[in-house]
Amino acid sequence: MSTRPVLVVRGLTARIAGQQVLEDVSLEVPARGVTALLGRNGVGKTSTLKALMGLIERSGTIELDGEPVDRLATHKVVQRGVGYVPEDREVFGSLTVAENLRLAERSGGRGGRHGVSPERRELVGDLFPDIIDRSSQRAGTLSGGQQQMVALARALLNENRLLLVDEPTKGLSPRLVGEVTDALEKAAQVVPVLLVEQNLTVARRLAGDAVVLDGGRVVHAGPAADLLDDESRVVALLGVGGEPGQSQSQHQSQHQSQDQSQDQSQHQSQQHDTAEATS
Amino acid sequence: MSTLVLLLVTGVGLGALYFLVASGLSLIYGLMGVLNFAHGSFLTLGAYAGWEVSRRMSDGSWLSLVLSLVVGAAVGALVAIATELLLIRRLYERHVEQVLVTVGLALATVALFDGIWGTDAVYVSGPAWLDETSGVLGAQIPHDRFLLIGVAVAVLLGIVAFLRFTRFGLVIRAGVENRSMVTALGIDVRMAFTVVFAIGGAAAGIGGVLASQYFGYVSPQLGASLLIFAFIVTVIGGLGSLLGAAIASLAVAVLQQLANFYASGTGDLVVVLLLAAVLLVRPSGLMGARA
Repeated sequence: MSTRPVLVVRGLTARIAGQQVLEDVSLEVPARGVTALLGRNGVGKTSTLKALMGLIERSGTIELDGEPVDRLATHKVVQRGVGYVPEDREVFGSLTVAENLRLAERSGGRGGRHGVSPERRELVGDLFPDIIDRSSQRAGTLSGGQQQMVALARALLNENRLLLVDEPTKGLSPRLVGEVTDALEKAAQVVPVLLVEQNLTVARRLAGDAVVLDGGRVVHAGPAADLLDDESRVVALLGVGGEPGQSQSQHQSQHQSQDQSQDQSQHQSQQHDTAEATS
Repeated sequence: MSTLVLLLVTGVGLGALYFLVASGLSLIYGLMGVLNFAHGSFLTLGAYAGWEVSRRMSDGSWLSLVLSLVVGAAVGALVAIATELLLIRRLYERHVEQVLVTVGLALATVALFDGIWGTDAVYVSGPAWLDETSGVLGAQIPHDRFLLIGVAVAVLLGIVAFLRFTRFGLVIRAGVENRSMVTALGIDVRMAFTVVFAIGGAAAGIGGVLASQYFGYVSPQLGASLLIFAFIVTVIGGLGSLLGAAIASLAVAVLQQLANFYASGTGDLVVVLLLAAVLLVRPSGLMGARA
């Protein structure tokens, strides 16, 4: 059981508004730990997650624990045990934190009304005490970091077989990047994660395996450490770095500056992100 | 002064009718992106159903009116559910086709009503109390206004409570904001589509019975004549916003009454000008979510 990958993707293609965004993606996600999905901007990382979720038109085979899910509607994919944390958090701004979480609670088997076990509630409470304290606050009034916690909590409340997490540290201050990374590290102990991450420091810390995309195709797959410690391959495949540490500091400073303008320009940055994701 | 009071109360009463139609339109558009041109037919059918009930009962009793309202709401809801399941759902995400099918349904049902109940209006009477008047600040206010306002307020509170305190309501509120994320939480949002159609249809059916009391008759065109203003109200209030629809209903109807009386029957023109002004200044409407 433990050796079989939780997710097997073969020949996945996808289109957005008629335009091909994934050419041919084949990858496997092991049943434990974090698998990082890496690549330059616009190579199809976000599209891959959306295609797996059925949020965009896709074809190819997707097997979750050996069962095909490539023809299922999005909500059915989720009900099979896939948690999704989208790129821009996509919390419901007009709903309270508690309502966001309540909405995410899936009714489990025939047993209880809600499938959320006390252990899961405890896990979410331990990981994100901040947002539990703000239960009655509207999610739209939270900071970017807190919204990210809500988005992660929504996925962690349920017993999932796999989490798809899209750039959870984007636009966060270094302190919050640390908090989110800690939370993901703990989450990955109970559920395997396919993680899209631009911050290579975070990827290096969390990921056991790495898959690199370029032009809508997989161009590399293997242990994350082998790739991320090999500077020439990092430069060749991810187009960053050059000197040791440069890639990290570049990303850090980029994230930091984004965070400063986060509150004022959140909508703007979301639009920008959407454009980036579809380009 | 007494004329002004009468105009204001009449405006609020008419606004109540607009709201009963607009609330459904706004919820349906907000959640599904569907402009439902068949909504007027739900109203007309509710009105005829109410009339059928009242003519079978001893005319003019309160029981008959209450039963008419219940039957009108039920018929409106059932027809709306059937519309959603049989027509709208098959055209999921195809908005142009959805609009076309609702326009077609509106035209076809008016012809159907012609065939069943005739092209002439049928006259409706309710409890005698509704035809009486009471003095309010020197004005003699016909009682039917109070009925319209009371029922519309009850419907508004009912829908608000439903949205706030039920899981379906939670799904609907979230879906209005971001439908694809609702599905990405494992929720079959199509269930919520059917529910908003049912709510909208029930409100329109109630609106139909009340409109027939207010105007004193039902005709096959009743729904279409109110639907135009309900659409304007929905756009002014902000598509998807229930509170916006409520506020805009009052503003539009009161303005219409005042302009009709003080500016020689220019009520409809003034409403269209208000629509244009709102679209220029706030394209998303008074309480609309996005620009």
